[in-house]
Amino acid sequence: MKRKNRNVAIIGSGMSRFSSHREEVNQPEMIHEAVVEALEDANLTLDDIDCVLHGNMELFEMVHQPDMWHVLGDGGWGKSGVRLTTGGTTGATLACAADNLVASGLHDVILAIGFEKLQEGHTTGGITNMADPLWGRSLQTGALTGLGAQKVIDEFGEERARIAAMKYRTIMDEHAMKNIKAHRRLRLERQYIKETADNSPPLAGELRMIHMCSQSDGACAVIFASEEKVKAFKANPAWVVDHETVHREETMIFGSQKSTQRAAAEKLFARAGIKNPRKEIDLFEMYDPSAWWGVDWLRDFLLLEGDEALKMIENDEITIEGAFPVNPSGGVVASNPIGATALVRVAEAAMQIRGTAGNHQVPKTVRRAMASGFGGTLWTVLMLLSKEKPE
Amino acid sequence: MKDQSNHAFVIEGKMALPYQYFAGAVGSKFIVALRDEKKILGVRCEHCNKTWVPPRQTCEHCFAPLTDHWVEVQPAGVVTNFTVVRYAEPYQPQEPPYVLALIKLDGADSALTHLLDCGDIQNARIGMRVRAVFSDTPKDNILNIARFIPE
Ligand SMILES: [Zn+2]
Repeated sequence: MKRKNRNVAIIGSGMSRFSSHREEVNQPEMIHEAVVEALEDANLTLDDIDCVLHGNMELFEMVHQPDMWHVLGDGGWGKSGVRLTTGGTTGATLACAADNLVASGLHDVILAIGFEKLQEGHTTGGITNMADPLWGRSLQTGALTGLGAQKVIDEFGEERARIAAMKYRTIMDEHAMKNIKAHRRLRLERQYIKETADNSPPLAGELRMIHMCSQSDGACAVIFASEEKVKAFKANPAWVVDHETVHREETMIFGSQKSTQRAAAEKLFARAGIKNPRKEIDLFEMYDPSAWWGVDWLRDFLLLEGDEALKMIENDEITIEGAFPVNPSGGVVASNPIGATALVRVAEAAMQIRGTAGNHQVPKTVRRAMASGFGGTLWTVLMLLSKEKPE
Repeated sequence: MKDQSNHAFVIEGKMALPYQYFAGAVGSKFIVALRDEKKILGVRCEHCNKTWVPPRQTCEHCFAPLTDHWVEVQPAGVVTNFTVVRYAEPYQPQEPPYVLALIKLDGADSALTHLLDCGDIQNARIGMRVRAVFSDTPKDNILNIARFIPE
């Protein structure tokens, strides 16, 4: 079965600076930074854009219909527009929707924009609305959990698990230090891994502040174009091969059933004919809400068994120079403007293919890259990009 | 069918969602000028030949950055449209009935929404000339202009 009417590529991206302090700009002004950069990167003007996709978290800034407000900054005046809000996965859903809308032929060039200004709102207040008022809302505790850490500790022992999580965290910080847009650039040092964790405030169980993602303000804009437009623009493309979304809403049972990460990867790899993802994919931009989940999910996303994922961290395989770089951007533990976060993963994967990542460009040629989104009750969106145009 | 509504259980809820809003580079400059100098500022797009009040960081038509293109407009203008608010809600600025008007200030090409006090609400007319009355107490919002009254 032919899945796609025509090919779609990412031909430009832009990001605002990510920070917990963006008091100097309002929401459309911040979005404007990302849009201007994306248009410059693609060498286009607003006239070339058919449709603006807009997304962020519901209720986080207490703004109703932010897509209407943001037209001044996102350039949507007089164009088609769609607002999407699928929780933490919003940014990845924007990318999937852009791919679908262009592949279908409805639009030729789409500007997808994810944003969040977490400093203006109350994250837990917004998230608590997710729980059912009858069964869960009065029990809801917010977005932090120590279960991810406990799962890794139970399986691999406290000593090895703790070191792996902090090694992962430190590698992400080394990457963030190279990324001028990253929010938390902490200059963590490998020889002080244990002290850094011990001195970090505990949040829930073994999850400490240092392991957890930041609360950032920021916006990301990505331009998607049809095959014909890629040619007409003489663009530098990163092609969208495929994407898969896996939801599981009713329960959050850890460990006892297949994770949404593994389920998404299995489906995506089967369609793409990928047998050995570690060899056949060059790079992964993973939505890692905490270092513990980064450690745990790497195994499922790459369909690994046992302690293979831990070894990848221990052997420095996931560094920028490593055999399988993970999050050369510094990942979500470094920057997390939630509605933008999953779109940043797609943008970063595309930048690595297009060779436009600057200081955090990996040294090897990236032919295939993968980007993931996370949200809700452990939902997963997984997207595969390639340097070569898909058949 | 038997009426089941007397068995239906309803949960009453209330959520507090505190927030801040950063007025931004353009909004902040506008409010500070209004509060400290009683000046009403707009931004001008030479390309579109339009002066936007309230000001905005980009021209909504051509997307040109306008952050450095400030102009002062007059604290008087013309009513381009209006509505009469006749019902009460907890967060309204004053007791109804009152008039909310769109006012195109002299020198501006877009209209500002504000309170229009023309005595009897029956006096409100499209096209009437009005002027701003500034508040005696400085505020960090658009109510630095207390209201508009007929010129
Ligand atoms: Zn203009």
